[in-house]
Amino acid sequence: MDRRKFLKIAGMSSLLGIGGFSVANTVRNDLEASQIKSNPAALTAKRWAMVVDMSKFKAPEDYQKCIDACHRVHNVPAGSDNPKHEIKWMWPDTYEHAFPGNEDEYLAEKVKDMPFLLLCNHCDNPPCVRVCPTKATFKRESDGIVMMDMHRCIGCRFCMAGCPYGARSFNYKDPRPHINESKQNREFPTRMKGVVEKCTLCYERLAKGLEPACVEAAKEVAVKKGTTPGLIFGDLEDPKSEVRKILSERFSIRRKPELGTGPSVYYVL
Amino acid sequence: MLENAIYGSRRYWIWVFFLLSIIGAGMLAYLYQFKYGLGVTGMSRDVSWGLYIGQFTFLVGVAASGVMVVLPYYLHNYKKFARLTILGEFLAIAAVIMCMLFIFVDLGQPLRVLNVILHPTPNSVMFYDMLVLSGYLMLNLLIGWTVLSAERKEVAPPKWVKPIIYLSIAWAPSIHTVTAFLYAGIPGRHFWLTAILAARFLASAFAAGPSLLIILALIVRKYTKFDPGKEAIQSLGKIVTYCMLINVFFLGLELFTAFYSQIPGHMHSFVYLYAGLHGHNQLVPIMWVSSILAAIAVFMLVFPQIRKNESLLAVACIATFFSLWIDKGFGLVVGGFVPNPFERITEYWPTLPEAIITMAVWAIGFLVLTILYKIAISVKEEVVFDKYGERQIKAE
Repeated sequence: MDRRKFLKIAGMSSLLGIGGFSVANTVRNDLEASQIKSNPAALTAKRWAMVVDMSKFKAPEDYQKCIDACHRVHNVPAGSDNPKHEIKWMWPDTYEHAFPGNEDEYLAEKVKDMPFLLLCNHCDNPPCVRVCPTKATFKRESDGIVMMDMHRCIGCRFCMAGCPYGARSFNYKDPRPHINESKQNREFPTRMKGVVEKCTLCYERLAKGLEPACVEAAKEVAVKKGTTPGLIFGDLEDPKSEVRKILSERFSIRRKPELGTGPSVYYVL
Repeated sequence: MLENAIYGSRRYWIWVFFLLSIIGAGMLAYLYQFKYGLGVTGMSRDVSWGLYIGQFTFLVGVAASGVMVVLPYYLHNYKKFARLTILGEFLAIAAVIMCMLFIFVDLGQPLRVLNVILHPTPNSVMFYDMLVLSGYLMLNLLIGWTVLSAERKEVAPPKWVKPIIYLSIAWAPSIHTVTAFLYAGIPGRHFWLTAILAARFLASAFAAGPSLLIILALIVRKYTKFDPGKEAIQSLGKIVTYCMLINVFFLGLELFTAFYSQIPGHMHSFVYLYAGLHGHNQLVPIMWVSSILAAIAVFMLVFPQIRKNESLLAVACIATFFSLWIDKGFGLVVGGFVPNPFERITEYWPTLPEAIITMAVWAIGFLVLTILYKIAISVKEEVVFDKYGERQIKAE
C-alpha cells in the first residue's frame, strides 16, 4: 500500500465514521424525544393520593375484584407453596392489624371486622427510598409515586426493613411458574427471582390515560351495586379534586402518620 | 513473606484442608441458593433479614475491635501490646472479608452488586457502610503488611505509616457506628429505633472481638513458638471485662426504657425474644443461653483471681463470645422483625443450606486468618527468636 492509497482510505473511513456518528445521533435524538413526550391523554397530578371509603367494603366480593384486577395486570403470582414468601400488592386486613397501636377492645364490632384494603402508601417522605442503596426505588418528582425499578434492585431488602407498612414483597424464588400463562398481561413485565416489588400506583396505566386497575375495578363494582365507588383516586394538591372534596367533608385516618412518612392513602369509615 | 503460607506442618495442612472442605460444601449450597433464590433460607416476607445479616453485624464489631490493641499501643505507647497488634489487625482483615461475603450471599441479585457503586446513593446508610468497610480493609492490609515487612527486615516501620495508623484508629469505631445506623434510623422498627444502638454495638464489639483475640493468642502460644505475652493477654482480659459490663449495662438501659414506659411497641420484641409472644417462642431458649453465658462471663471476669488464671480466662472469653454471637448475630436482627408491621408474628429459623453457607463464610474467614497468622507468626518466630532466643518472652 502506498502513501496515497493509505491517505485515501483513512480519509474516507474517517468521513464515514463521522457520518455514521451523526446518523446515529439523529436516530437517538428521535428516540429520546418519543420517549420523553408524554401521551396527551395521560393522567397527571402533583401528588397522587387514594381514598378508601370503607363504607363500600363490607364483604369479600366488594374488594376482591380490586385485588384481582391489580394482581392480574401486574402479573403478581397467585398463591405460593410457602405463605411466608407471598407476593402481594394489595390485600385486606382488620383494623387491629392495619392500625396497630389504635386497637381498642370496645371498638364498634362493624369497624373491628372491616376488611381494610392495604397497599403501598406512596409516602410523601418514603423511608424505603431513603434506605435504598441503588435508587432502585425512588419517588417520582412529577407526581409523588414511589416507583420501583426491578431491573436495578440488587435484592438487599433494606427497603423491606425500612417500610413501616409491610407493603413490599421479595421474590424468594422465580415467580414465573406461579403466573397463569393464559391470564398473563403481556404489556407488563414479569419479575425474576431476587428482587423486591410493590404497588406502583399503575404508573403504566396513568401514562395511557387510564385510572389504576383497582380504582377501575371499584367503579365497576359500584355500577353493579348502584353506589359510589369505594376507591377514589386523585390529586391531593388540587383543591378541586375528588379526593380533596371527600377529605374536606369526612373524617379520615391514615396508617401510622406519627412516623412522619406522610402516607398518601386515606381511609374514611 | 507470602511464601510462609505454603510451608507448614502436617497439622497446618490438615487444618487448611478441613477449612477448604467446609468452603467446598458451602459453595455447593450457595450454587443451590443462587439457582433457586433466597427461598432456600428461612427468611420470609416478614423476617426479611436473618442469619447472614446478623453475622455481618456481629463481624463488623469483631473487625472494629482490632482498635482495642492498636489504640493503646500507638496512642498510649503501651508496649505490651506490641506483639498483639499484628494479630488484631489481621483478625480485622479476616472479619471484614467475612462481612463483605455475608452481604454478598444475602443479596437476591448478587450479580448486580456493583449497582451500589454505579448508582451511588448518599442518602442510604448502606452506601457509607460500603465505603467505611472497604476503607477499613485497605487500611488494615496496608498497615499490617507494612509493619510486618519492616519487622522482618528488622528496621523501624516507615514514617508515613504512622498517620495512616492514626486514621485507622479513628476509622474503626466508624465502621460499627455506620452499621448500627443501618438499623437505628428505620422508622417503625421499635427494637432498633434507639439512640443507644451504636453505643451498644461498640460495647459488645469491644467485648466480643478482644475475647476472640485472647482465645486466638492462647492458641497461637500453644501451637507455635511465638508468645503474644502473658501481660498483654491479661490487659486484653481487662478490656473484655469493662466492655462486657458496659454492654450489659446498655442492655439494661434498653430494658428499663421499654418496660418502665410500658409502651407496647417497645416491649414486644424483648418479650418475644426472652419470654415468647402470643405462644411464639422459638428464640426463647437461645436467648436464655445467651443471657446465662453472659452472666457466667461477667461473674468470671469481674473477679481478678479468676481472670488471672489463663484457662479460666479462656472459658470466660468463650462464654462472652458466644453470648454476644447469639445476641447480636441472631437475636438483634430477628427481634427487630418480630412482631411485623401488622403486629403479627412470623418466626424465623435458618435452614440447612443457610447454615452451611454461613459456616462456609466463617471457614473462608478462618482460612484468611490462618494464612495471615501463619505469615505473621513465621516472621515473628524468626525475628523475635533471633533477638531474644528464648521461648517465653518477658515483657520489657
